[in-house]
Amino acid sequence: MTAVTAFLALLGVGLVAYALLAGADFGAGLWDLLAGGDVSGAPARARIEHSIGPVWEANHVWLIFVITLFWTGFPPAFAAFASTLYIPLTLVAFGIIARGSAFAFRKASTELWQQRLFGAAFALSSVVTPFFLGAIAGALASGRVPPGIAKGDVVHSWWNPTGVLAGLLALVTTSYLAAVYLTRDAERDGEREVAEQFRRRGLISGVVAGVLALVGPFVLFADAPHFAERLTGNGFPELVASAVFGIASLVLLWRRRYVAVRVTAALAVASIILGWGLAQYPYLLPGLTAQQAAADPAVLRAALAALSVGAVLLIPSLAWLFVLFQRGVHPPVPATRGGAPPGSLTGGGRPPG
Amino acid sequence: MVLIVLAQTGAAPADLVAARSQMAFSLGWHIVVACLGVGMPAITMLAEWRGMRTRDPLYTRLAHTWARAMGVLFAVGAVSGTILSFEMGLLWPGLMGRFGDVIGLPFAAEGIAFFIEAIFLGIYLYGWDRLSPRVHLLSGVPVVVAGVASAFFVVTANAWMNQPTGFTLAPDGRAVHVHPWSAMFNPATPAQTVHMILAAFMVAGFLMASVYAVGMLRGRRDRYHRVGFLLPFAVAAAITPVQLVVGDWAARVVADRQPVKLAAMEGLYETGTSVPLHLGGLYLDDRLRYAVPIPYALSLLAHLNPHAEVQGLAAVPPDERPPVNMVHLAFQVMVGCGFFLLALGAWAAVTWRRRRDLPSTRWFLRAGAVSGVLAVVALECGWITTEVGRQPWIVYWILRTADAVNPAPGIGLGFFAVLVVYTVLTVASVYVLRRLAGRDPDEPETGIPVPAAPQEGSPLRADA
Ligand code: HDD
Ligand code: HEM
Ligand code: HEM
Repeated sequence: MTAVTAFLALLGVGLVAYALLAGADFGAGLWDLLAGGDVSGAPARARIEHSIGPVWEANHVWLIFVITLFWTGFPPAFAAFASTLYIPLTLVAFGIIARGSAFAFRKASTELWQQRLFGAAFALSSVVTPFFLGAIAGALASGRVPPGIAKGDVVHSWWNPTGVLAGLLALVTTSYLAAVYLTRDAERDGEREVAEQFRRRGLISGVVAGVLALVGPFVLFADAPHFAERLTGNGFPELVASAVFGIASLVLLWRRRYVAVRVTAALAVASIILGWGLAQYPYLLPGLTAQQAAADPAVLRAALAALSVGAVLLIPSLAWLFVLFQRGVHPPVPATRGGAPPGSLTGGGRPPG
Repeated sequence: MVLIVLAQTGAAPADLVAARSQMAFSLGWHIVVACLGVGMPAITMLAEWRGMRTRDPLYTRLAHTWARAMGVLFAVGAVSGTILSFEMGLLWPGLMGRFGDVIGLPFAAEGIAFFIEAIFLGIYLYGWDRLSPRVHLLSGVPVVVAGVASAFFVVTANAWMNQPTGFTLAPDGRAVHVHPWSAMFNPATPAQTVHMILAAFMVAGFLMASVYAVGMLRGRRDRYHRVGFLLPFAVAAAITPVQLVVGDWAARVVADRQPVKLAAMEGLYETGTSVPLHLGGLYLDDRLRYAVPIPYALSLLAHLNPHAEVQGLAAVPPDERPPVNMVHLAFQVMVGCGFFLLALGAWAAVTWRRRRDLPSTRWFLRAGAVSGVLAVVALECGWITTEVGRQPWIVYWILRTADAVNPAPGIGLGFFAVLVVYTVLTVASVYVLRRLAGRDPDEPETGIPVPAAPQEGSPLRADA
């Protein structure tokens, strides 16, 4: 494996990790929005806060990881990407600001009107951000971001059928993932009703995602035929895998196999991302391959070395974190996804990973 | 000056100004929170450690309070940092497309530091009752190390913009034969990183002390407030003299390596020998007016020789000179704040030696209350000196800011959007932090601080 492919693979890992971890945190925001009134929605909201509170920030670091590795590994491609897509990128950044801070503020505030205000900001931005992230992916996939600085159309590169489709798909899959994860969290903590509620939501969003996946190819063949051909060529195995895992997830969710469905749902989403990557490979942008855009080999090697050293530090730290917070303390503390406890001690706490 | 820069850009001139303002504004905002992120964990751990040693619950209570504020601050720091990494690309694609890889290594390393920080901060904030006191205290160490490391890494990238080394320019303008390690450890790195890290501890210490100084001015002179003031104040005041020495070192590096920046900092037009240092003044028509000269001082400070030659702005063509007044003023304000804070620390140290107590006059508390603001002012002015003093270059002598900016239409609107978003963010952060600070500090010590967010029975549920 050359340094370039190793770098691409790392980017892929970062992207999948972000989609599966932070994506679900965004999806939880959508469910927070749709949870209902202050009283009827309270249990679901409490569940959401409980589950994502300790983990969202560490999950979020994956995005920074992807962005900095992108510019380190493939600078000209990054420049083209960021300059043409500055509008959705700015909106994503605002969404991230609103979401993260509103979530922390909501936890630190005690009055109902404040919680409503911050809660609304948190929920709305949770919906907006994945949509634009998806639209960005759509712009790249449909080949509308040419190499060079700001050479693409700053609006129509992402505001087009493929971009909108990808945005909606991102929105629906993240909410689906969230519902699946939350169902299991709620069940484990003995919150039957909440678990049932999220199971229903999971089934609905799963079906919607399936419908989008069925319509998708028609949109793609009409709007981005080149990509559609490659997706059904290079990316075909992944497409099939995603469909299989997607259907399996619906069945498992229906039969209340909450642990197994976590795995299959995650695999379904990971397969879509991998399929996209394979369909594009070796091109990052139209006419620009990863090899052509790659940074100086010395840089790739140095960054890979630094990241390997980093991994040696990170893995045991993460393991300790996980073990530490899986152990209960006095009143038996329900463990949450990512292994962190309910933060009984701090305001908008910085989460463990 | 700005006009000259603008003449060369591919982007609309107003867009360049807007992009620069957007970058400056979001960096200027992030850096305050980032300094708290670097400095606060160490000071909090110090309180926790004193609490363990003296068995005085007061220190533990302080540590709990500060940890709670850290929770909010870190969330805000993370999101405001994220937008910065976006802006590097969407505002300055000309920089990232050509040199993104050259400064990539420190950013990759910074990513690791962020992960470590996030993990151990989680353990520290959520682990009070799960770990033995010793282990809990130790779990804070990686947070401090990672915070200092991330400050170090990101400032090496900035130092590289001031002293670009570690690559060869190919004819097509791309950087080739890159040596990422020598790019990271460029000549500007040592002084800039040390100066920045010390600044972070000063800002955190003085800001935290200010909060309690204000409390004492309002009549809350209990021991809780006194210790809450004294501990962070002592840390910051002890660092201040070192910081001034390091600042002097930084200035000498600038004199050797970025003479145009130094000339702008001093408002010096003509190259000369035995040059005086000027205090105050206004730079008009290539002359510094109304300033107080100190003979030989600039030659002496910059090159350790009262007769040394110091290069003036006239040595470079007008379109390569930064805006002088802004840089000169910012530099003087930074140095002024530094000396004020030094004097304040010395005052406290003298009375402390005499009678084991802080100066009893309200003036001391008033000065203590503004010390945090002044540390932040020094910090911002330092960055204005560095960044504006480098203009019109984004990469010194290699790439002009005007050539790096994103030429896409409408980019300038981003600045106004950023202004609105950050205004809301500032108001909300200050409001939430004030409420956290305002919670009754005198409630009985339970070993567990008042949960800011009782997750069991979340506030939402409780109110429902
Ligand atoms: C608490 C904050 C603080 C204080 C009291 C001082 N500084 Fe500073 N200074 C900074 C905080 C700062 C900074 C963190 O904002 C900068 C911006 C870039 C950097 O590396 O540090 C800076 C930059 C900076 C630079 C520009 C470096 C460059 O462009 O490469 C010089 C020459 C000085 N400082 C010199 C001084 C002197 C002579 C001081 C006092 C006598 C002083 N600073 C006090
Ligand atoms: C171009 C400049 C900068 C960029 C792109 C940047 C980027 C970031 C990012 C992405 C984060 C969030 C990490 C997370 O999610 O945990 C962050 C946080 C942080 N940054 Fe910056 N940063 C910049 C300037 C600085 C500077 C100059 C310092 C020096 C003190 C600094 C110190 C920190 C620290 C200590 C944190 C973590 C603490 C906190 O979250 O409050 N940053 N930065
Ligand atoms: C966090 C502390 C920092 C502050 C307060 C700060 C401040 C500023 C200011 C005032 C400007 C505008 C200069 C002008 O256009 O006249 C600027 C520009 C810029 N800064 Fe910094 N800076 C900081 C750290 C950094 C770091 C660590 C980096 C890089 C890694 C960086 C990269 C840039 C870039 C790319 C620009 C735009 C181009 C330019 O104007 O030269 N800054 N910053």
